[in-house]
Amino acid sequence: MDRPYDNRAWLLVLPVLAIVAFSAVIPLMTVVNYSVQDTFGNNQFFWNGAGWFKELLDPSSDLGGRVLSSLGRNLAFSGIILAIEVPLGIAVALAMPREGWKVAATLVLMAMPLLVPWNVVGTIWQVFARGDIGLLGYAVNKLGIPYNYVSDPIAAWVTIVAMDVWHWTSLVALLCYAGLKSIPDAYYQAARIDGASRWAVFRFIQLPKMRRVLIIAVLLRFMDSFMIYTEPFVVTGGGPGNSTTFLSIELVKLALGQFDLGKAAAMSIAYNLVILAVCWVFYTVMTNLDVERPQAETGAAS
Amino acid sequence: MARIELTDLAHSYKPEASVPADFALKPMTLTWRQGGAYALLGPSGCGKTTLLNIISGLLIPSHGRVAFDGRDVTHLSTERRNIAQVFQFPVVYDTMTVYENLAFPLRNRGMEGKAVDARVREIAGLLELTSSLGRKARGLTADAKQKISLGRGLVRPDVAAILFDEPLTVIDPALKWELRSKLKALHRQLDVTMIYVTHDQTEALTFADTVVVMHDGRVVQAGQPDELFERPAHTFVGYFIGSPGMNVVPATVEGNRAQVAGQTIDLPLSYDPPAGQRIEIGVRPEFATLAPAGEGLPVRVERIDDLGRARLARLRLGDHAFAAGVPDGLDGIGDHAGLILQPGHIHVYADGQRLSGRA
Repeated sequence: MDRPYDNRAWLLVLPVLAIVAFSAVIPLMTVVNYSVQDTFGNNQFFWNGAGWFKELLDPSSDLGGRVLSSLGRNLAFSGIILAIEVPLGIAVALAMPREGWKVAATLVLMAMPLLVPWNVVGTIWQVFARGDIGLLGYAVNKLGIPYNYVSDPIAAWVTIVAMDVWHWTSLVALLCYAGLKSIPDAYYQAARIDGASRWAVFRFIQLPKMRRVLIIAVLLRFMDSFMIYTEPFVVTGGGPGNSTTFLSIELVKLALGQFDLGKAAAMSIAYNLVILAVCWVFYTVMTNLDVERPQAETGAAS
Repeated sequence: MARIELTDLAHSYKPEASVPADFALKPMTLTWRQGGAYALLGPSGCGKTTLLNIISGLLIPSHGRVAFDGRDVTHLSTERRNIAQVFQFPVVYDTMTVYENLAFPLRNRGMEGKAVDARVREIAGLLELTSSLGRKARGLTADAKQKISLGRGLVRPDVAAILFDEPLTVIDPALKWELRSKLKALHRQLDVTMIYVTHDQTEALTFADTVVVMHDGRVVQAGQPDELFERPAHTFVGYFIGSPGMNVVPATVEGNRAQVAGQTIDLPLSYDPPAGQRIEIGVRPEFATLAPAGEGLPVRVERIDDLGRARLARLRLGDHAFAAGVPDGLDGIGDHAGLILQPGHIHVYADGQRLSGRA
């Protein structure tokens, strides 16, 4: 087929290319550039090749050890909050009213934590959980449970997990609620006709219909929690010791505290790749979860 | 298996209903006999689905009672009523296979595995779903999904009745015929009461042995298809059933004479129409024939439609539109012609209700 070629069309693409270049490609390349060099300040750089990357992957080195242990903390944190927020969000969504003025009231109430800026959330919880003047800290200590997030790593973890659950469960709940609202009444009616139990309704109607929004919720919550910085920085500052030092906090320490731009750049790239890889795995697994597999006649067996 | 009785049944979606307009379903008393094939026919919004949901227990009526074989079930939940219902749009459980979908209502009721298997295979065979039993329901076409929905309605062996709420809306026309005949065959075979809601008169007349016509929340007539055709109890039935619908023109009736647009029509029976009501006479186009000018009632011819099998004249009788058949061999019709009405098929209506005359 003969098609006329007109290279002037490329001109129309130029603005997009320029914007993407300035917003993404050039900054990213700067990071790539830093990651293969070392600097001692004064804007002097020395070639270091793959040195930082080798160190990053070597747990016995200082950099490698720090990155590996904070990576472990990140994964643990994301795992814990997903394990709490997803079931809790589903439960909240199921309990939310379906009609009347209560819907609007609940939605506004649920959206409130989402509207609070991150550092304010951190500050709220920092004060809220203090043993001397904070309502939560004071009450828990009065109940005879020793609780001090400044000195006790477990208390620190409990605090930031509780904070994240408070801040973000609404998001999961609202997404699930949207999924639930999209189920036509006929499904519930048919289930009643078929004599389905409450659990069967959840398992065979509500959960499958929520699957897509749940994928989105899990991905969003994973990425956000994996990049968490502000709240633990405000509440615990990464402590006690290094117990709540996440990758992002480590990164800022390296880049701005020690001005090790090369190490920090190498670490950002690795950080980015980890997030991408985990998201890809999540997405692939969840979308393929119940894709039709060729199977033998299951009739008699099931 | 059950006889379903509705006694003084009425329903309003508003909590404080007083005027008739508040009622989606106006008071009715009706009995559905065991094993009947019923069609519930009426336009959208006439209360068909409300009535169906009351019978199945998805809706508790605000007035009156529902009884199955004399047992009051008005406040009994759907699960405990033993009734099956198929909805307008296919409802399938996506994550289950076709087999599991069909087995679901049986397993929920604790039926034993072997019996479930036999029953599922039987129904799947009837609906020609056997080859896809092992497939996930998600990827199937709308047709196949609706067959599964039908299957889940038919699979329970002991139901009091199966209710169909416009189940063939999403099905492609060719398959529609096939499925409808299948339902009819199943009805004969299973001896179960079936109530089939539709707004399509062909569907109703071919499926049912009793058609219940609803209009504005009321049952206006329940009867066999030929009764509905020959003796519509309400002008609405006349309009709604038949294509084109019945001719209804305002008239004054005294004894056995009717005056329409200045013309006198002789009626076979005598009527005493109640004063102060809107009196009309109704004749189906099938019982009205066009004749050369000078015979019968003088009419003005607007146009002649050739329907292939027959010709239909669109006429004016005075100011009123009228449709009538054109006999073969009558050609060269001018602007003016005559109209002959078959005397036995002229009905007199007062405020829409058919009056019975005296001989």
